[in-house]
Amino acid sequence: MKTGDYVLKQTMNESGLWKDNHPLLGMLDIELTERCNNNCIHCCINLPPNDLAAKEKELATGEIKNILREAVSLGCLSVRFTGGEPLLREDFEELYVFGRRSGLKILIFTNATLITPHVAELFSRVPPLQKIEVTVYGMKKSSYEAITRTPGSFDAFQRGVDLLLKKEIPFVVKGALLPANKDDIDEFETWAATIPWMDKPPSYAMFFDLRCRRDDANKNRIIRSLRLSPQEGLRLMTRNEHDYVRAMKEFCPKFMRPSGDILFSCGAGCGNGCADAYGNFQPCMMARHPDCIYDVRNGSLKDALMNFLPGVREMKATNPEYLVRCAKCFLKGLCEQCPAKSWMEHGTLDTPVEYLCEIAHAEARFLGLVGEYERAWEAGEWRERVRKFVERKEYW
Amino acid sequence: MGKISLNKIYKISEDVVAREVAGEFIIIPITSGIGDMEDEIFTLNGTGRAIWDKLDGNKNLREIAKALVSDFKGSPGEIEKDVAGLAGELLKRRILIEVK
Repeated sequence: MKTGDYVLKQTMNESGLWKDNHPLLGMLDIELTERCNNNCIHCCINLPPNDLAAKEKELATGEIKNILREAVSLGCLSVRFTGGEPLLREDFEELYVFGRRSGLKILIFTNATLITPHVAELFSRVPPLQKIEVTVYGMKKSSYEAITRTPGSFDAFQRGVDLLLKKEIPFVVKGALLPANKDDIDEFETWAATIPWMDKPPSYAMFFDLRCRRDDANKNRIIRSLRLSPQEGLRLMTRNEHDYVRAMKEFCPKFMRPSGDILFSCGAGCGNGCADAYGNFQPCMMARHPDCIYDVRNGSLKDALMNFLPGVREMKATNPEYLVRCAKCFLKGLCEQCPAKSWMEHGTLDTPVEYLCEIAHAEARFLGLVGEYERAWEAGEWRERVRKFVERKEYW
Repeated sequence: MGKISLNKIYKISEDVVAREVAGEFIIIPITSGIGDMEDEIFTLNGTGRAIWDKLDGNKNLREIAKALVSDFKGSPGEIEKDVAGLAGELLKRRILIEVK
């Protein structure tokens, strides 16, 4: 929107910024801590809040400031503070203000339980310039705390959200769909629709990741037991069948194709990257395989972006099973298979994840892209299948 | 907000940060009340940028316009109008403040 002859006021999404000339680093994720004050039953990363060994290993305040400073020098405009629970860090305010004063927009992923009047006042006075994202675990104390396993967390969450509303700090909510809260979904969506900054229905986590440090086989067993089945997930995704199919008709021609043997076929590590709580820089927050991480404590973001990540992005699959299946499968756009998921599930970069494969095939069958017993990597004429799906008359 | 005067001195607010990123000059609000949405930033065009660089809190707008005469083709009157125009837009958004 033009507001004058000299000054243009615009949102990042609308602006033509970086259209032809991208900075080396546009967006940075920083996992401020793996510790969390909740103990969610399905979480892939959380460590106890008082885990001193983890705390001692975490990047120090000055180290995070150095990363932010370098990010700014590389053109970064937006940083995400995530965790664990980022507000658990005692220096959160210092880091937040430093980031904002350095000219960064800050996206905060939080459970909202640690938003005190002081923190709300801070966000009101120094706005993050991006909507805070709050994950909600239930609409009742019983369902919420069955998941967080932290007495008092539901009341704390409500207090935090009330403070954000009272101070008119823009935020959105998203859900984690679990057996303990599945009956809350209608209430959650009704409430979410009343939040002034929600411009679309909330998104859900439901196909939960295993522990991304591969640190706890027992927790992995629990996470597996909490995952929705592919059919249950499909039912949820297609609750509004009309909108879903219409969206997929736009989506499929753009993103459906075999990915070949290149492992990173997403945008991870292209003008973006993630620093974990201990200074490991990696293409995405989940890609923690030793071959994908760069020690930024003993290097620099610039070196990581220019000399390390390009090599990671060129890595190719060698697992014969992957080459026969995933490399040839045209359901790439529907399937969450990626090196990070392979790492979490199997400790490798290129092992097919059966659960994700089943979800993608359930969706593809629903859309008519594959037959009942067909496997997408064996299906011929995939372009024709996508074309026929898009041209089908319904839902246009 | 006072009326823009070529005889007044203005300076950039400490509540914004200006950055040049990938060839674009952008102004990012730090405190509330500058942008009115959560994800707004501001950019300056070439003329705006040239004027911005002179807003040092020491020279008044007339002196700034005079310093720009050799850099731009317009008449001194037109340049004064440009300088006052930008200052007005920035002042309206609290990006610029008057030095008392």
